[in-house]
Amino acid sequence: METGATEAAVRSMAVGAIYKTSTKDVGTPGVLRMVRSVLPSPSPPPPHAFPPRMRASWADEDKFSFTPIDPRSSVKLNVGFRSIKNQLLAKVDTSKLAPAPPLWKLCKDKGGGYLFVLGNVANREKCREFVARILEKHQGTVPPLPKVIPEDPAASTGSEQLSVERRKKLLLEDSDLRKLHMRFIPGNVLQESEFWERRKHLLDDDANNVSKQRPGLKNVMHDVRPLADGWTNTVTFTTEIIHQIFAEKPAVYRAYFDVVPKKISEKEFWKKYFRAENLVRSKNIAAAAAEAAEDEELAVFLKSDHILAKEAKLKIKQVDPTLDLDADAGDDYIHLLDHGILHDGSKVSIDTDGELTWRTLSQGLNRHAAVVLEGGSSESYCSVADDSIHERLAKVARMTEIEDLQAPQNLQYAPLCIKDPREYFDSRQAHALRSLGSSSDVNKGQDYSLSTDDVFCRLMYQVSSIELHKLNCHADHSNVALKVINELDQMISRARRCNLRNPHGNLLGRLPLRTQDELMDHWTAIQELLHHFWSEYSITSPVLSNKVYIAKTGPKDQGCNDTDISKSADIDDGLLVAWIRCIIGAICDLQDIKESAQPDLRHEISQLVKPMTQALDAAFSYDLEQQQESHSPGTNPTGFEPRRKSSGLACR
Amino acid sequence: MTSSHSKLYSDDVSLVVVVVDTNPFFWAEAALPFANFFEHLVHFVNSILLLNHLNRVVVIAAGVSSCAYIFDSSDATAPGGAGVAATFDKTKHKVKEFIDQDALATKGNSSVDSNNAASLLSGALSLALCYIQRIFRSGTRHPQPRILCLQGSRDGPEQYVAVMNSIFSAQRSMVPIDSCIVGTQDSAFLQQASYITGGVYLKPQELNGLFEYLAAVFATDLHSRTFLRLPKTLGVDFRASCFCHKKTIDMGYVCSVCLSIFCKNQKKCSTCGSEFSRVMPDLNSMPDQSK
Repeated sequence: METGATEAAVRSMAVGAIYKTSTKDVGTPGVLRMVRSVLPSPSPPPPHAFPPRMRASWADEDKFSFTPIDPRSSVKLNVGFRSIKNQLLAKVDTSKLAPAPPLWKLCKDKGGGYLFVLGNVANREKCREFVARILEKHQGTVPPLPKVIPEDPAASTGSEQLSVERRKKLLLEDSDLRKLHMRFIPGNVLQESEFWERRKHLLDDDANNVSKQRPGLKNVMHDVRPLADGWTNTVTFTTEIIHQIFAEKPAVYRAYFDVVPKKISEKEFWKKYFRAENLVRSKNIAAAAAEAAEDEELAVFLKSDHILAKEAKLKIKQVDPTLDLDADAGDDYIHLLDHGILHDGSKVSIDTDGELTWRTLSQGLNRHAAVVLEGGSSESYCSVADDSIHERLAKVARMTEIEDLQAPQNLQYAPLCIKDPREYFDSRQAHALRSLGSSSDVNKGQDYSLSTDDVFCRLMYQVSSIELHKLNCHADHSNVALKVINELDQMISRARRCNLRNPHGNLLGRLPLRTQDELMDHWTAIQELLHHFWSEYSITSPVLSNKVYIAKTGPKDQGCNDTDISKSADIDDGLLVAWIRCIIGAICDLQDIKESAQPDLRHEISQLVKPMTQALDAAFSYDLEQQQESHSPGTNPTGFEPRRKSSGLACR
Repeated sequence: MTSSHSKLYSDDVSLVVVVVDTNPFFWAEAALPFANFFEHLVHFVNSILLLNHLNRVVVIAAGVSSCAYIFDSSDATAPGGAGVAATFDKTKHKVKEFIDQDALATKGNSSVDSNNAASLLSGALSLALCYIQRIFRSGTRHPQPRILCLQGSRDGPEQYVAVMNSIFSAQRSMVPIDSCIVGTQDSAFLQQASYITGGVYLKPQELNGLFEYLAAVFATDLHSRTFLRLPKTLGVDFRASCFCHKKTIDMGYVCSVCLSIFCKNQKKCSTCGSEFSRVMPDLNSMPDQSK
């Protein structure tokens, strides 16, 4: 399993294998470790949450070592890759019932080699890739390694580089993510690809952030210059541009509906529009005024947008009158003279002719922003044409009201609400359950065996016996009154005691911040660990469950490492051994936290740690019945497989 | 006059609508005789009226098959010894009349038997809310209304929907429903009613001191409740009744369209007609009807 690390890190790999001196040899089972260095002098290992015994070993040269499981065996290897010339792989036909074991040979440059049998083809492939890189490096054919953490050493495309840079950025920005990354990647637990597989949405979000902004309306006439004859301009515009013009200039839209096609054609309309734009760009006020005087439609384009002015006035009316609007006066049509700049950067000149007032840059920007915020669609300009219809409908609605048939307007209504059930679903549920249980006592006090006539007669008799002068004031009975007062007092005190406990508080909130952070970090790491563990491994047989149990409960002294675990539990798969090692480490860390907690917080911490420990134990649990149910067809009509049992956890 | 009138309508003026359970099946075997209960009620009503001369009290009797108004303080005669006696006699006469009517109605109602006789709480709540709405529409100045239910008999699961509708209507109108249980078992409906509307739910243990309970807890007006600590129930029985069999259930099936509750899995909702077994069509395969 490859380790991704920081720039100066050493890459290592550990896998269970059987070493054979020849193909006919029985072989010696053990653990094969390979180490590949990047720089001559590696930096110290990153801090790790798990105990020091779990940390990877560091080396300063490319080498591999083989350690047999049986300590009495003399077959131990520690070879540098400089002596290895190439590697050979035996074909494995998986279609056969008993395929050949995946053999892998590292050939020495002086003849001979080292023959290994790996657990499966996938492991062999990983080892092959690892060694291939080393051999290529030695032979000088591989390009220098990038300074960032590459997911796939062979990939060097632009998109991969971008992805790696995004990852770096995410790690720099998010300290929790960085902590999680430093826990598992250098520790030989997870690969980069596995780690980032769960965080694709984070990487994708960065890519999508770029193009979310909508550009504003371009000045179409800005880059258009007259042709050689000085009279003709050619403008190309699309329906999208038209929609944008209509959205940001409602007066143009209104004019379009008014005159096209009744008075002029659409082509003529747009000619006039762009003629007006050209005049605005040229800042030829005299020519603009002259043409506006001659052409009514052109004058509409040159004048200020009265619809926008009306909207602005309405908005101004709704503003708090105590606000100082002088600063905003120049942003729209209630503007001061000589305020603002035009689109080409020049200042607005004082124009005494109020008919031709051109919109400033800030007005254009504000209008574009309003269009985007209000739904941003080109259909928003439709509301301009519907104004009259809306007014008519509002008038009709007002006219049909008949006063004496209307409900009073001042009645206050409270919104229907469903209260938070947590307010009472606490330990108070005991009372509710008690009251539910009391329903069984119903028949004790009420015997409904009497006939209907009898009961009504009895009631009538009782009512008849009530006389005014016989009404006793039971308040005189002081004993009864005292009992009542005491009972009410107890009820109120009990309710008050229950209410003092904050229903929204939780155990985590009572702990110091440092402990909270530590526990949350552990829980995040455990979630990450279990997510990958569940997807890679599942305990599918009692034998494996037994082995894992032995590994979990075996001695965990300072020297415990993958080899010890593999040996004690007789597990060949190096990956599984590594996972077990991590989970055991997590359990030990949680135990340390509980033991080191302050006495007054120990109970709360143990309550929080307990579900974490249960979740880790559930990773090793084997449920025979559940396995049988999940493998039997047609048991679950929804098509979903039953989830593995896991315990919940109190979160913030 | 207007200003003094408005000053008289201070925050503690109350309209208390008392719903009295007159289920004869319950009172036939109740530990507290109906006569004693009625005495406590009369004292309580008098106390409410004494707290503020603008206070109003309305008493609604809830029988087995009917319910009716039996007392309205606004109809009472002038205060004084003779007036009190006249009012009392009039009320007593109304109670007797109501019991006779209820007896007739119950005899003609074959669905009622001694084993499942529940008071018509839903009808009484509806009457109370109608009265309160009339008060709301009488003018801008009106007393603050609340409802007090004095119930002893068991809940009728067949009234679940009607009772819940009344409760939500009271919640929307901001009318609290107080509950005082004079029977031996709690009422899930009234627990929910008090919880949802912000009223007080109480099941006194010492029924001989019922007046003390009523005076100490239920006589407080809404304004005073904001700074008084009243007894609160520790748990609420949120069980519902299924719409199909009217059984009280705590786990069941709910229609996702109309929220009707059923005790068994059904293919079709009997309330709104939604079919539960139909597979949702693929929206992508449906033709675009806007084009």
